[in-house]
Amino acid sequence: MRSGTVYTETVIWSAPEAFAADVPYQTAIVALDEGGRVTVRVLGHRVVIGDRVTEAEPRGDIPFFRKV
Amino acid sequence: MRPVAVVGIGKTAFGAFADRDLRTLAVEAGEKCLRNAHAEPSQVESFYLGNFAGPSFVGQNHLAPYVSTALGITGVPSTRIEAACASSGSAFFHAWTEVAAGVYDLVMVVGVEKMTSQPTARVSQILAGAGDCSGEMKVGSTFASLFAMIARRHMYEFGTRKEHLSMVAVKNHAAGALNPDAHMRKVITLEQAMNAKPIAEPLNLYDCSLVSDGAAAVLLAPLERAREFTAKPVRVLGVAQCSDYVALDQKPGITTFPAVRRAAEQAYRMAGVTPREIEFAELHDCFTIAEIVATEDLGFVEKGQGGPYAFAGCTALRGERPVNTSGGLKSKGHPVGATGVAQICDLVLQIRGEAGERQIERHSLGLAENLGGSGATCVVTILGAA
Repeated sequence: MRSGTVYTETVIWSAPEAFAADVPYQTAIVALDEGGRVTVRVLGHRVVIGDRVTEAEPRGDIPFFRKV
Repeated sequence: MRPVAVVGIGKTAFGAFADRDLRTLAVEAGEKCLRNAHAEPSQVESFYLGNFAGPSFVGQNHLAPYVSTALGITGVPSTRIEAACASSGSAFFHAWTEVAAGVYDLVMVVGVEKMTSQPTARVSQILAGAGDCSGEMKVGSTFASLFAMIARRHMYEFGTRKEHLSMVAVKNHAAGALNPDAHMRKVITLEQAMNAKPIAEPLNLYDCSLVSDGAAAVLLAPLERAREFTAKPVRVLGVAQCSDYVALDQKPGITTFPAVRRAAEQAYRMAGVTPREIEFAELHDCFTIAEIVATEDLGFVEKGQGGPYAFAGCTALRGERPVNTSGGLKSKGHPVGATGVAQICDLVLQIRGEAGERQIERHSLGLAENLGGSGATCVVTILGAA
């Protein structure tokens, strides 16, 4: 499981049509411990910059992370 | 390379026009431009169309000859350029290279987008195609959410505040209210701007530019021939286009755009001017944070100071260096493929002294910054009185 630190985040209230049913939802750019950054969906508790997060269960090819 | 001038401009009003299609908008702008330059379609030697997503928005491909033939321009190169929201800035850059290199004398650039025939969620989906669909976009990102993440990071790194963002909206609406061609001619208060409905936190409705229909056109010619067409030629002093990663998460930092900095450095060098000398600018305020970051990347202020600079009124219509005297993408509107050329038209209006109620006092040296995606393309243009 990948883990890392929240580099930045937002909560989306106006979504593309494919994600309209999910509103509101949080996305974040995570600085991975293994190096590099990835844009993810956040599950559960809202996160802020600097929070530690870890990868949750995979859903399709969308990376989901949650707060540690 | 030889000096190049803008010898004609033409724009449609920007707005939501249920009865106007892509081609009639583009043709209106093109015909106004030709009239403005006292030129005939048969004189145009090469044609560029800036358009982001005509195939998705209106189901039409092969757009350049589709438009140019309707203008009566036939038998010459007719080329569409797509670079997200910098499509027509890039088209302008490529038209400039042709004239500067002496390949052609008279080259026309039209930018157009017809967006409002689609519902908002569909528009968001189409615009998302300007991001990295194999990564950042597949998690449900929107362009508002990418710029929201830039805003969050800017706040974290530099202490930028929500009211700094909102002041950009207030200022641009104040200027746009004076622009007869603007999409939303509405003055707003800081309180309204602070408390609108959220789009992608911390950005709300008033932090976002408008979904608009519209077109804009310019005609370029060698400076030595400019007075055949106009008594008020405007010289292209510097222009540059630079690229960067499409995905925000691949950039080393997200509070600065290397493509903007590099394009600006090249344009300043070509023009032989420093950032301090720029008197006014049209900047790509697709979201309020983007204007703040641009004032920093262009060297108008130190990195991190763009928020306080805007909040203090320095970039307001009557400020020390007016930014977006047209109302910007925020109030004038943002038909994405038209925006880059529309910025050039707005600089030309100011330099010629034809900007009406929003005319500023120091208007001889202006800069336009046209951004594609979250900074993957940037075109910076510096214009001055010829």
